[in-house]
Amino acid sequence: MNFANLIHIALRALSSNKMRCLLTMLGIIIGVSSVITMMFLGESQKQSIRSEISGMGTNLIIIQPAWERGGVRASAADLQRLRVADFEALRNQSAYLRSVSPVVSASGQAIMGANNTPASITGCVAQQLDIENYTIEDGSMWGDADVRSASKVCVIGSEICSKLFPDGSSPVGQTIRFNAIPVKVVGTLKEKGGDNDDRIFMPYTTVQRRMAGIRHLNAIYASAATEEASTAAVAEIKEILREQHRIHQGDEDDFQVMSMTEMLESLNSILGIMTLILSCIAGISLVVGGIGIMNIMYVSVTERTREIGLRMSIGAKSRHILLQFLIESVIISLAGGIIGVMLGVGLSTLIIRLLDYPFIFNGFAIFISFAVCTVTGVFFGWYPARKASRLNPIDALRYE
Amino acid sequence: MAQDQRAEIIRMERIRRDFRVGSETVHALRGVSFSIREGEFVTIMGTSGSGKSTLLNLLGCLDVPTAGEYYLDGIPVRRMSGNERATLRNRKIGFVFQSYNLLPKTTAVENVELPLLYNSTVGRAERRARAERALRDVGLQDRMNHRSNQMSGGQQQRVAIARALVNDPVIILADEATGNLDTRTSFEILTLFQRLNAMGRTIIFVTHNPEIALYSSRTITLRDGRIIEDRINTDVASAAETLAAMPPEE
Repeated sequence: MNFANLIHIALRALSSNKMRCLLTMLGIIIGVSSVITMMFLGESQKQSIRSEISGMGTNLIIIQPAWERGGVRASAADLQRLRVADFEALRNQSAYLRSVSPVVSASGQAIMGANNTPASITGCVAQQLDIENYTIEDGSMWGDADVRSASKVCVIGSEICSKLFPDGSSPVGQTIRFNAIPVKVVGTLKEKGGDNDDRIFMPYTTVQRRMAGIRHLNAIYASAATEEASTAAVAEIKEILREQHRIHQGDEDDFQVMSMTEMLESLNSILGIMTLILSCIAGISLVVGGIGIMNIMYVSVTERTREIGLRMSIGAKSRHILLQFLIESVIISLAGGIIGVMLGVGLSTLIIRLLDYPFIFNGFAIFISFAVCTVTGVFFGWYPARKASRLNPIDALRYE
Repeated sequence: MAQDQRAEIIRMERIRRDFRVGSETVHALRGVSFSIREGEFVTIMGTSGSGKSTLLNLLGCLDVPTAGEYYLDGIPVRRMSGNERATLRNRKIGFVFQSYNLLPKTTAVENVELPLLYNSTVGRAERRARAERALRDVGLQDRMNHRSNQMSGGQQQRVAIARALVNDPVIILADEATGNLDTRTSFEILTLFQRLNAMGRTIIFVTHNPEIALYSSRTITLRDGRIIEDRINTDVASAAETLAAMPPEE
């Protein structure tokens, strides 16, 4: 008895009951297609968020004063601990950072003639554009001389640009007002998408002295030399700042350092867990489908008792009967799996296209689906098949 | 005697078969001995409860005796495992049942191929060729691809007989093979059996219908688990002639 013959026998048996086969498969089809859809969507969503974050610069590191220390909210004084000296120390001492920029922020209305729009102002040095992955569209970035002299110059994001200059005229060289202070536009930024285009960048000295009236920094932005250097850069920053702030060994930092790599990792793990949970829920429907197979195989064994008796009387050994029914259930579940994978891939392609996510072909998900289907077929087919193989041919032949 | 020179296909020696039903022991066969030689057409007769079904199961290697020995084509069967008997059935025995037992929605040729599917020494092409030859032998050459549910009872029984022939068995075991058929079709099937017997096939026909015995060469009658009569029929009637003498169908 060879295996090809058994497959042949199983296929003939299945083809004489096509409708039932299809209905049995339906459970598996639904299960597999939902698992595939969940896994494909999860992977694409991950990729989409990853690329959005990379747009912000995966090398980005943000240093802020600590909001909470030992469970106590920081006092106003604590929030003023980042100084210009810290920025200079980082710029001069760090080996892992490509660029460093102090950040002083302010917000308010930007006004040009009759037009106005809310805007958030970032006071910084020219390197900030590089750190945050902005590029100049028109005009040019202001320079270090403007920082030293606290010049009233700015570059503006594309959304500000279209709000203040709806007629499409070039803002470069024009003077806009921000909280009653006139500021000259020297350049505009290329559109970045998302919430990133309502920004105005000015020298930090200008914001400190003429707008916020403060001497400390709200944050320091930095960019690691490479993505891999991020972790080392974070450690280095902590070391430099602890020295700057004269923090004793064992005391807590009065600042916090966040790298995009870390944020990306935690985001990835959250998304991963979500995908896992959704896939598990979808997996339950696969189990239900498996139970459907078991149910039908049971009915089939009872219904085909005489056939089993006949097969035994003409020379089928009990393992042939066992294998025949096992192969039948595996064929049902695998065929269901194939249809399910096609359906799932189709469905997720459609949804991904609608959501405008990048399509990631997840070969692993497909492999897993087929593996699970085979296991399901064997697992749920085993018991009915064993029942069939243990029938006594004499009784089976006389079964009514 | 010339008969004794023919090969012994079946030899039963003091066969006993007991069943336990609850706390009681039922003696279905109480010491049955006989042998059947190649080319015989034997009818095994008996009322229900006579032990003929038990004997048929033993002859078909579906069951093993409690005591005694059964040799099929010289092979002792009693100590064989279930799997060994399955292989033996596959190579040596052809079954014909009262209710045909064809696979539903399956074509005639596929039904006839079935025993060969459980024989790995037979390849695909040979399987098909042998199935077609067997169907020609039973006169169904133009029904090969008809499905079992598209055929009459007589045709279905012919398919079943072809299936019994396809493995070239040493013995054909027919269990009330005409029991579900009308008289005319019964005689058609009997004619077929006689023709196969004339071609050299050894046939055992188990029945409770005494009429069948007239058309076989030997009758073994069972009662209460014992053989009460083992008679050679020297004047075998021709089923074909009986059929020809029957009034034509309306």
